[in-house]
Amino acid sequence: MITKRIIPCLDVKNGRVVKGTNFKDLHDVSSPIDLASYYSSIGADELVFYDISASYEGRKIFTDILKKTAENVFIPLTVGGGINTLEDFSLVLSSGADKVSVNSGAIKDPTLIKKAASLYGSQCVVLSVDVKKVDNEYHVFSMGGRVDTKKEALSWIKYCVEQGAGEVVVNSIDTDGVKKGFDIELLKKVCKIISVPVIASGGAGCEEDFITLFKEIPSLDAALAASIFHFKEVNIKSLKQNMKENNIPTRI
Amino acid sequence: MICIVDYGVGNLFSLVSSISSLGFEVRVSSSKEDIEQASKIILPGVGAFEDAINKLKINNLDQIIIEQAKKGVPLLGICLGMQLLFERSFEFGCHQGLGLIKGDIVPIQDYVKNVKIPHIGWNKLKIIKNSPLFKYIKTGDYVYFVHSYFASTEEKYISSLTDYEIELTASCEYKNVFGCQFHPEKSGEVGLKILKAFLEM
Repeated sequence: MITKRIIPCLDVKNGRVVKGTNFKDLHDVSSPIDLASYYSSIGADELVFYDISASYEGRKIFTDILKKTAENVFIPLTVGGGINTLEDFSLVLSSGADKVSVNSGAIKDPTLIKKAASLYGSQCVVLSVDVKKVDNEYHVFSMGGRVDTKKEALSWIKYCVEQGAGEVVVNSIDTDGVKKGFDIELLKKVCKIISVPVIASGGAGCEEDFITLFKEIPSLDAALAASIFHFKEVNIKSLKQNMKENNIPTRI
Repeated sequence: MICIVDYGVGNLFSLVSSISSLGFEVRVSSSKEDIEQASKIILPGVGAFEDAINKLKINNLDQIIIEQAKKGVPLLGICLGMQLLFERSFEFGCHQGLGLIKGDIVPIQDYVKNVKIPHIGWNKLKIIKNSPLFKYIKTGDYVYFVHSYFASTEEKYISSLTDYEIELTASCEYKNVFGCQFHPEKSGEVGLKILKAFLEM
């Protein structure tokens, strides 16, 4: 049976890994190449590289780092951040990405997912969506979680999957950085309406949060986190052992 | 020299990097001469079967690959590249493959009820044939899959299976022709060991 994936996310700015709380107050953690090799060696099932550089120079450093990482790390690599056009897809794919995640780019151009999926295949296109509850309704936020697009999140996710998104990363702004557990309520709703893999993001604080997530939502495929892995608050090896003891299918 | 057949399908970055990291000289090429001179041929691929087989036919690469395989040159098909080795695929119609291994490519969804399609992620190998490809790995090792169709063939052509509600063909083999439905270049240490075993043949 297919295993539940544990995915560390590396937010990269000017060639270094950073992570903030609620997307603010970023601070440096480590080198992306070293971290990627380390995570691969302790059992990470996949890696996400998120480019948060705003400048052309930052982008150039990012693709160089991506190439160096992909030359040395042989597990699936997803790249996101600033993906707005097919040219952006092409650039990161030729630099070693296996999958490309789109967020604001899909909001700005609702045809982007369809175009990318028909050119590179659905397996290559990941929808990443930042969701926050506003007046008892789930809204899609753009620009790194800063702007309320007023779009209803569940219908947006459904639309993107119909357009060809092969996986969906659901990041809950309400639970992100709070370390009190994943947004089970939201994730359950997403898993109900789509049949492609769903990846939970935002809120993990300890091993138990992952166990609760996979037990509460058996159809969920993967969990993504950043700072708790970087700061070694959760060790992937120990987490996977814990998952195995709880009968959650895990690659060890 | 190892030749990865370049016919405009899929991303070859990881495949090239993983082979280089094992210390082998690799060339990505679509030229007849390179494929004919290669000591081993790798046929990669992602995407749709029909598009891939049509692209292979453009410069008669299909015929060159068939000739080399029949001469005994070790050939490894990966993912869609493995599916192309078979006789037919029923992905969006019915399309002829290279016919190097008997069998058909069929949709997983016609055989399962309770699992998601595509089959994406890490799954266990159950090795059922003493294959030279698996000399460094064992049953129970995990590899990375991304696919919606699988090879339906006689057991004698199957070297390993994986459990996804039903047992899917994970790898196949006939004489010097090998195929992996999974991505060895994305399967960590286990995948590198499989590539190493092929490259050492």
